[in-house]
Amino acid sequence: MIRSKKTLRGVVALAGVAALTLSACGSDDGDKDKDNGSASGSALCGKSLAFLGALTGDAGALGQNMVNGIDLALKEYNAKNADCKVTLKEFDSQGSPDKAPALATQIINDDSIFGLIGPGFSGESLATGKTFFEAGLPSISPSATNVTITQQGWTTWHRVIGNDDAQGKADAKYLTETAGATKVFVVDDGQDYSKGLAGTVKTALGSAMVDSDQISVGDTNMSAVVTSIKNSGADAVFYGGYYTEAGLLAKQLRQGGFKGTFMSGDGSQDPNFVKVAGADAANGAVLSAPAGPAPAGFEATGLYATQSYDATNIFLAALEDGAESSEDINKFIGSYTNADGISGPIAFDDKGDIKESKIYAYFVKDGVMDVENPEPIE
Amino acid sequence: MNVLAVEFGNLFGSLSSFLDYTIGGLVFGAIYALIALGYTMVYGVLQLINFAHSEVFMYGTFAVAWTFVFLHGTDSVSQSLGEALPILLVALLAAMLVSAAVALLLERFAYRPLINKNAPKLIALISAIGASFALAEAMGLRDRFAGWVGLDDNLANYVSPEKARDVYSNPVTIQPKDLFDIGGYTVKDIDLVVVFAALAMMVALDQFVRRTKFGRGIRATAQDPEAAALMGVNSTRVVQVTFLIGGLMAGVAATLYMMKIGSTRQNAGFILGVKAFTAAVMGGIGNLRGALLGGLILGMMEAWGSAVFGSEWKDVTAFVLLVLILLVRPSGLLGESLGKARA
Repeated sequence: MIRSKKTLRGVVALAGVAALTLSACGSDDGDKDKDNGSASGSALCGKSLAFLGALTGDAGALGQNMVNGIDLALKEYNAKNADCKVTLKEFDSQGSPDKAPALATQIINDDSIFGLIGPGFSGESLATGKTFFEAGLPSISPSATNVTITQQGWTTWHRVIGNDDAQGKADAKYLTETAGATKVFVVDDGQDYSKGLAGTVKTALGSAMVDSDQISVGDTNMSAVVTSIKNSGADAVFYGGYYTEAGLLAKQLRQGGFKGTFMSGDGSQDPNFVKVAGADAANGAVLSAPAGPAPAGFEATGLYATQSYDATNIFLAALEDGAESSEDINKFIGSYTNADGISGPIAFDDKGDIKESKIYAYFVKDGVMDVENPEPIE
Repeated sequence: MNVLAVEFGNLFGSLSSFLDYTIGGLVFGAIYALIALGYTMVYGVLQLINFAHSEVFMYGTFAVAWTFVFLHGTDSVSQSLGEALPILLVALLAAMLVSAAVALLLERFAYRPLINKNAPKLIALISAIGASFALAEAMGLRDRFAGWVGLDDNLANYVSPEKARDVYSNPVTIQPKDLFDIGGYTVKDIDLVVVFAALAMMVALDQFVRRTKFGRGIRATAQDPEAAALMGVNSTRVVQVTFLIGGLMAGVAATLYMMKIGSTRQNAGFILGVKAFTAAVMGGIGNLRGALLGGLILGMMEAWGSAVFGSEWKDVTAFVLLVLILLVRPSGLLGESLGKARA
């Protein structure tokens, strides 16, 4: 028994040494590539973009959408530039801020990676931003919307999606102007994203906010909040959070006799919202998202696919522009403008936020979320 | 008196909204109480906290949703309680069967081997926590199991491919109907059914334990397992029946919960389990009537706490109350053990 344990330990140690040696060799090769590369075409030909985000786990479907968009952009580029192909390396964080930092270290230690699409979510962006910034790796996130990420001074970090601030202001505007609400009750679930979004909505509503409350994630009994909302005389409810609780709240509100507008943000913009709420309660609900539908004929489907496609194309445009290093790419991204991005016009401000972002209102009609025909909130 | 009325108005809005909060709390309290029975019965007999009982409940909620998918299909509709009743009764039966089966499996594989070897209670507690994780994760990975046995297509509606960990909803939404008014508050049929069904189950169980021969066996084992065994009580059978009853009650709770809430997921048992366990402790763990009282009080305190301090303080209110009760009455409100219940 003891003997076999020792043997095992030996094997593990050997494997460790082998891995170290291999990775050392790998980085040597990388350097050689760089030297050879600069002789013919861009030094970045044959290298990779990385994707960091959830590919499995609860939010795995969103990451798959993103990879679809990235793959499409790469396929189009590689077909045109057979002599300078770019590949994608996927890193699955499951959307978790705990798992992302280790993957971030892997990414910055991989010399063949010259740019990052991602991270997918706000939590993992905040957890890894410093690592990427210090390594000088340029990144463009297709989907992380928390306001504070771009306030950290990470000059390599960009996003092609409107942040929660833009969304919250648009949501408040929709509620008071389009829906004509005068008394809005704001509820959130206490998480970073939810509090951020609900907070912006509260500020933007000003005196139109009648009261607010906070529920907890995983709690299914909303009866007390529902009663408080009815008591307040509110004619609209804004919920900051995700689709499960949003669905439960919408359902219990309608069953409790609430007749006003129900609105929530992109965290709730999921078909499961309708399933949880039930068709009757979900009808008429308004869900905002900083992403519009893909134009007809666009091959990659799903939320964030268009943003991922655009983000990838920015890196590829940098390559075509003759960028040779991470610094070149970062400079290129800073001055990049494209009025005809698939997801909308793209240009970045000095913090890395997209300059112009459109927020869309999606509607639930006849028990289905209409993802084809959202209205832009002007 | 006038001042009181004004204060009351400030806290709850009005009498009708006070009733609204209270009944909302009672409905959930009734569900807590039914789940709490599972904790309290097992504790009464074995002095063991069955932490896997929350999963017994969770499997029941899935049994309800699957029965509706099987008998109704996946298209999402709203039905009144009357329209949904036939399927709901089948679902109740299915949930009771599934929950009871899970409870019996737990007893057979997670507890009996330990009890037979006279293992310390702490070991059984760890075993319970392990079983709880295993059961919850098995539900969260059900898509993979279905994939391994090659049933992806047939079972797609049941396993919700790629999203087995996501929320799973009953396709039929049961729409409550207004019944009558009390003090400006409209009573709804679902709320009434939940509270009365829970009360009826409680009374039935209480009578079973107090009046039947088997109930006497359970009480005897709770008082003194060795003496009971010497008097000819089959203690293994008593433990089995205890788990069985806990499972059946969890199945009823699961049906009432799905009727009211309508969706579940693989970790749905966790929060309700914690609340039900709290209710059991509040009422006096090991005491059946205590579980009922504890459940209803906990439910109401949560609702009132939300009303007065805001929903984020709901759990704080409930748990401060628990601490206060335990300070004054360390063995819970009714504080009697299962064995001491009078026939």
